[in-house]
Amino acid sequence: MKIHEYQGKEILRQFDVPTPRGIACFSVEEAVAAAQQLGGAVWVVKAQIHAGGRGKGGGVKVAKSLDELRSFAQQILGMQLVTHQTGPEGQKVRRLLIEQGAAIAKEFYVGMVVDRAAQCVTLLASSEGGMEIEEVAKHSPEKIHTVRIDPVAGLGDADAARVARDIGIPDVASAEAVKVLQGLYRSFVEKDAMLAEINPLVLTADDRIIALDAKFNFDSNALYRHPELVDLRDLDEEDPAEIEASKFDLSYISLDGDIGCLVNGAGLAMATMDIIKLYGGSPANFLDVGGGATTEKVTEAFKLMLKNPHLKAILVNIFGGIMKCDVIAEGVVAAAREVQLNVPLVVRLEGTNVELGKKILAESGLPIISGNDMADAAQKVVAAAKG
Amino acid sequence: MSILINKDTRVITQGMTGKVGQFHTLQCTAYANGANCFVAGVNPKKAGEEFEGIPVYASVRDAKAATGATVSVIYVPPSGAAAAIDEAVEAELDLVICITEGIPVHDMIRTRYKMQGKKTLLIGPNCPGLITPDEIKIGIMPGHIHKKGRIGVVSRSGTLTYEAVGQLTALGYGQSSCVGIGGDPINGLKHIDVMRMFNDDPDTDAVIMVGEIGGSDEEECARWIKANMQKPVVGFIAGITAPEGKRMGHAGAIISGGQGGAEDKLAVMEECGIHITRNPAEMGRTMQKILGSGK
Repeated sequence: MKIHEYQGKEILRQFDVPTPRGIACFSVEEAVAAAQQLGGAVWVVKAQIHAGGRGKGGGVKVAKSLDELRSFAQQILGMQLVTHQTGPEGQKVRRLLIEQGAAIAKEFYVGMVVDRAAQCVTLLASSEGGMEIEEVAKHSPEKIHTVRIDPVAGLGDADAARVARDIGIPDVASAEAVKVLQGLYRSFVEKDAMLAEINPLVLTADDRIIALDAKFNFDSNALYRHPELVDLRDLDEEDPAEIEASKFDLSYISLDGDIGCLVNGAGLAMATMDIIKLYGGSPANFLDVGGGATTEKVTEAFKLMLKNPHLKAILVNIFGGIMKCDVIAEGVVAAAREVQLNVPLVVRLEGTNVELGKKILAESGLPIISGNDMADAAQKVVAAAKG
Repeated sequence: MSILINKDTRVITQGMTGKVGQFHTLQCTAYANGANCFVAGVNPKKAGEEFEGIPVYASVRDAKAATGATVSVIYVPPSGAAAAIDEAVEAELDLVICITEGIPVHDMIRTRYKMQGKKTLLIGPNCPGLITPDEIKIGIMPGHIHKKGRIGVVSRSGTLTYEAVGQLTALGYGQSSCVGIGGDPINGLKHIDVMRMFNDDPDTDAVIMVGEIGGSDEEECARWIKANMQKPVVGFIAGITAPEGKRMGHAGAIISGGQGGAEDKLAVMEECGIHITRNPAEMGRTMQKILGSGK
């Protein structure tokens, strides 16, 4: 689960990581009032959307007067902000963060990730602040310094100080940098984060270290023990279809093709999308109904897929293990009747009670196209979508 | 022969008395020699009781002492599952199979840390388990699609494993053992660990390896295969069409910045001599082309 920058900074402050003073705003008037309250002569107007790359897309501006601030706030609030992470349609800006300007001497990158290979949390740091870490990794990997953090001992003073020195933080600010890195680590573990980034972390003209940005992605499996994080969820930033799906415990992701896919299991669902592509079609979604699909779940899954105006055909691909094919077949028939299916439907069933399942489909009187195996089903649905 | 488990393996079920645990315990005891293999359950509140004739003990240590079991399978809900793994590790079992899906990743980091230097191997979490056909099934896979034979299967996904097994069985190829290692970012045995075991198993002739986007486990396994593997390997990677940065059900399946993408993985695997297919419906036939007609 992602949160906004201003919410991330609030968390960082709880863990003793300094950030600029700032106020979140929902209107131009609030933005102007916030600037007056903050005082000073320079403010930063920052679009609050979950996607990165906001600056390049015109979502971050430095204002040197209240008039300028008002005009930037008017410009940014409500705009469709397009970044490399939003897709071409962009994301509507509904919130702003107004911050005091900082006198920046140098910018750095620090981040933390769950490291699959090392099976621990790994700190990443670089002198190339403001650049995406993926770009740095591609073009100058030697500039990325890492520390694998011992889950019992935590991030030690010596390791933190070494990384600070390696990325070029001057000795005068070392103690503060250590405090920042350790605070970031504590927030990462205590809040069950999967990813955290401060980019840039800056050294100010008066040798202070502050976090100019904050990005967090939390482990959704751990949200049950973090009601305070659940409160930060912003549904405006999520795909409505994906929100709807999550209510029914369906794992759904919208894609840009025209063939709907309903599959049990994440790996098989991905493989189903792959084979559709392989035979010249294009998947409209990823949809994993999980191991315990009921008629209700299957019906909701059909409704979700049918909301997509581009949908031209549906492929149901089930390898029934614990889930029995006859139960799925009954669900498919009930769903197809209830939603008045208006696109071709191809069903491939395999596994437990497959014969019974096929019989239920055949006797339903519905125009269901039967796929003998995965390849046959994929070829049939691609042909049906091309109509 | 087989890897990791056979008809003589004795198993403790942690979380046996819950709804999921009960259901799968019945399925497992009904499969092949299962009735003799599943010898104990664990639930501190129900010690002394029985489920379907299987005694319940207060702890893994007690269950091991009473039955001599060396393996456990875990159906405990996510909030307590990491602690259940810890308990099995402390009781010095040989192997723990954690089926539970949705364990917080930081819990698994702490558990894996505690496992360092201990003898216990872990499969999963978030996995279907493993099976040695006609001998023993530990986990949630449908037993009837399997057939005893000489092909090993190792996979990060559940139903896609069944797909690979189903194709093999349909072509007449049986399996020596099938291992679902699970889709979580922090887990136990990796592809490379299971591949080593298949290489050493005299009753495995070839292996199907099914991977997914995210991480670099498949690449590491591929490089090991190039240097060491003496048996043919067929490979498939799910997620060629997955958009970057999106989470496809499994937390592990995140591509970030070009690392862990399906095409990158397939390229490395091909270069390492693995017989790859880009078509998930062709896993079995790709194996058939290598081995010749079915047996």
